[in-house]
Amino acid sequence: MLRKLMIGTVLASGLAALAHAQDGGRVEVLHWWTSGGEAAALDVLKKNLEAKGITWADMPVAGGGGEQAMTALRARVTAGNAPTAVQMLGFDILDWAQQGVVADLNDVATEEGWDAVVPDALKQFSKYEGTWIAAPVNVHSTNWVWINKAALDAAGGKAPETWEELIAVLDAMKENGITPLGHGGQAWQDATIFDAVVLSLGTDFYKASMIDLDPAALSGETMREAFARMEKLRSYVDDNFSGRDWNLASAMVIEGEAGMQMMGDWAKGEFLNAGLTTGEDFVCIRFPGTQGAVTFNSDQFVMFEVGEDLQAAQKEMASAIMDPTFQIAFNTVKGSVPARTDISDEEFDDCGKKGMADLAQANENGTLFGSMAHGHANPAAVKNAMYDVITRHFNGEISTDEAPAELAAAVEAFK
Amino acid sequence: MKERLQDYIPKLVLSPSFFLILVFVYGFIAYTGYLSFTDSRILPSYNWVGLENYERLWKLPHWWRAITNLAIFGSLYILICSVLGLLLAILLDQKIRAEGLLRPIYLYPMALSFIVTGTAWKWFLDPGIGLEHTMHQWGWESFAFDWIKDRQMAIYTVVIAAVWQSSGFVMAMFLAGLRGVDSDIIKAAQIDGASAFTTYRRIIIPLMRPVFLSAFVVLAHLAIKAYDLVIALTGGGPGQATELPATFMYSYTFTRNLMGIGASSAIIMMIMIFSIIIPYLYSELRTGVKR
Amino acid sequence: MTSAVSQGPLEASRASSTVAPNRLARALIYAALILFAIYYLLPLYVMLVNSLKPLDEIRQGDMLSLPMAGTIEPWLKAWATAQIGVQPTGLKPYFMNSILMVVPAVFISTALGALNGYVLTKWTFRGADIVFGLMLLACFIPFQIVLIPMARMLGILGLAGTIPGLVLVHVVYGLGFTTLFFRNYYAAFPSELVKAAQIDGASFFQIFRRILLPSSGPIIVVTVIWQFTNIWNDFLFGASFASVDSIPMTVALNNLVSSSTGVKEYNVHFAGAIMAALPTLIVYIVSGRYFVRGLMAGAVKG
Repeated sequence: MLRKLMIGTVLASGLAALAHAQDGGRVEVLHWWTSGGEAAALDVLKKNLEAKGITWADMPVAGGGGEQAMTALRARVTAGNAPTAVQMLGFDILDWAQQGVVADLNDVATEEGWDAVVPDALKQFSKYEGTWIAAPVNVHSTNWVWINKAALDAAGGKAPETWEELIAVLDAMKENGITPLGHGGQAWQDATIFDAVVLSLGTDFYKASMIDLDPAALSGETMREAFARMEKLRSYVDDNFSGRDWNLASAMVIEGEAGMQMMGDWAKGEFLNAGLTTGEDFVCIRFPGTQGAVTFNSDQFVMFEVGEDLQAAQKEMASAIMDPTFQIAFNTVKGSVPARTDISDEEFDDCGKKGMADLAQANENGTLFGSMAHGHANPAAVKNAMYDVITRHFNGEISTDEAPAELAAAVEAFK
Repeated sequence: MKERLQDYIPKLVLSPSFFLILVFVYGFIAYTGYLSFTDSRILPSYNWVGLENYERLWKLPHWWRAITNLAIFGSLYILICSVLGLLLAILLDQKIRAEGLLRPIYLYPMALSFIVTGTAWKWFLDPGIGLEHTMHQWGWESFAFDWIKDRQMAIYTVVIAAVWQSSGFVMAMFLAGLRGVDSDIIKAAQIDGASAFTTYRRIIIPLMRPVFLSAFVVLAHLAIKAYDLVIALTGGGPGQATELPATFMYSYTFTRNLMGIGASSAIIMMIMIFSIIIPYLYSELRTGVKR
Repeated sequence: MTSAVSQGPLEASRASSTVAPNRLARALIYAALILFAIYYLLPLYVMLVNSLKPLDEIRQGDMLSLPMAGTIEPWLKAWATAQIGVQPTGLKPYFMNSILMVVPAVFISTALGALNGYVLTKWTFRGADIVFGLMLLACFIPFQIVLIPMARMLGILGLAGTIPGLVLVHVVYGLGFTTLFFRNYYAAFPSELVKAAQIDGASFFQIFRRILLPSSGPIIVVTVIWQFTNIWNDFLFGASFASVDSIPMTVALNNLVSSSTGVKEYNVHFAGAIMAALPTLIVYIVSGRYFVRGLMAGAVKG
């Protein structure tokens, strides 16, 4: 029995190797879009590549927003066996580029004119020292609020545009007997709200504190105000929020149990899947006080250095990702907007159209910022140091008065 | 000639295993030890920075939290598992008719990983859908069990789930120990008129000393290594209320890109484990040889 | 391995009860035992009943109630059609990967452990205790710390991302335990028999095969159970070292369960979880009765 099994393994792996050798075109893709709509969206890319005769070897590793996948990647790179393409976010891309293990996509990029169509803020991550290393799939913006229309109507009906109006709506929802704010107590979700709160206190303040990591901004009075607002928002969350996944928080808003959720545009997919219509059943607004500015994160496929036999397929994949039809197909499902600015918004719904317009505007005005919560403002070590303080404060472990100094100290320790 | 060969065979047989362990365990530990003195971040680097990582480590509130939690979790876990394991073993040892049925029920959690049972536990402990919700539906409105959401209490829910997983195994160890007790000793005690309770307290339980020791070693190292459990149940939250050294080490090495600090925390964990195990091994090997 | 085991389970070994308690005490004992049985069974029960409910019923009903409209749809879905990565393959293909990894790894580590235990007790040499001590300490290292060097090593050996690579990893980190089990078991085995055979001119391997192996049944059972469950349940090594063609069941299950978007199909998740647990459960239930016996035979005593 045992021997048979072992022979089986050897045979199977031999056959697999043979199959790969035959067609020559093969991409191995490490990603964490392992289920549901995301995986289906990625399947579009797989089919497109297969139509060109390229085999898609799928290497999904779910867990913790890509944490497990990054561990697997480290093992793969250390073993000298890097995958063709890896889904990655923000500063992680630059960290890997620094290690000198990524591929050079300049010829595809030049040929297809990527430089002209990808916003500069994204290029900061897709290019390293002038070389294209990654193909961006989408731009998510994170400073959105998703409101249940019925709950909003019951609370006055006007979408809030300022912090004061927001509080008024939340108070009204509380009086109406629902949980005003649907939220999941995980560090990154707390940080997502924090991002928006900081941005609402001024784009200069966001840049100084979250991107330039200016100690004065981090520990100053405005930061205290940001934490005070977090404390206020905490009072609108139900008791059972801790550890809840973000899509379950969305479900609360969908079912009317909760009034609103402050979450990136991926939440839209949940609302659409539940059969809700933009504008009729739910409303999407920018976090009050942040209209005109956008904090973004962008899923990119970083291409790793692979053997010569695999490079042709790798470039095909990069090109397929940048293909406008794929960008439309993927992003309408995922809720995000295309990474190219030259795509028509025709096929997108109201929220998608607004997202694309806001993005273009923010890009022009210089108010398009990398999201701290999603690793686009600073490296993982600093991001997590901030998470620690934000989540401890949100959970009441440190007071609003202590928090700014703690934040500045934590950042200083890992800068 | 043949005798010479016979002399070498045992060592030859042992050497591949020994070599593997030397390289894959001790070599790797030495390597991690080396990394803990470097500024490694995303991948290993070999820039020597001395004790800097250790200094930073002990300044982190996060690490202190992990260590404090380990003290709470570890002591409760070891204590409850041992007491419960012994109690179950004694109860099962009373000529229980259904023993063959009950024993696997107590033992099976050890066969499952928390990747498998984590979802069920998380559900069960969640006040919104789990036990609390169910009790409310059954009409017991005032019932409250929301420890997993409470940062003071969350670490105790980790204990509950961990005890669930390992106490059956400890029970099996004690049961094996009880079945090994010489029945003459017990008969002698009974003839002397000792009650069942006294017999256990004075004679049988003291005889279980070696089992207690083995159980302690097994449980202590499981506690220090505890990882899946926390990830599956709470992800370290609420806030950082349930972080343990193993989750700390993983997060610094693999998600925060601070491999140097991660390595230094791993070395501290190793020191903790070895300081428990080495004295035990030493005494075991001493008595073992003379037996 | 038959003779020792076929003597029957441990019930036979000693009249267990010490004192005949009265009826009330016995009732209390049974009540306590049953109460604990419920505690241990509860999570499994929750998983099982909810894996048989349609999603709507889970959302409304309470988690402990039996399914009203029972369905095996979630099981079929988890096995064959659930989305895991971009392919809707279910857990099916990964099950085989796990088997291909577990069986050789358990076999090799058990065989090596038996030989090591034999050498360390019957052919001792100067320094044998130190060798054993070093091997034993290896059981206790936190596995996270070996990930990076191990990855490099697998790369050097050309085994990165393959099933043989995973087998190697599991063999190495199982050796400490298997050696411990066999060493302690063989320590209690009468050395006189071995000496006598040596005088008769039996070789190293003959003695092992003819004298020790036939009475090693219980300890083989313990070792196999231990190794099988540990390797089958491993997630960390699987997630880090597996590649496209070698992803084990636990990693696939995690991919299924930790979906970040969409409706959480708890019934499918639970069905998948039970499926991933079935092999180890079966091993425990089938051979669990020998487990205590094997522990008794020396694994505990040290």
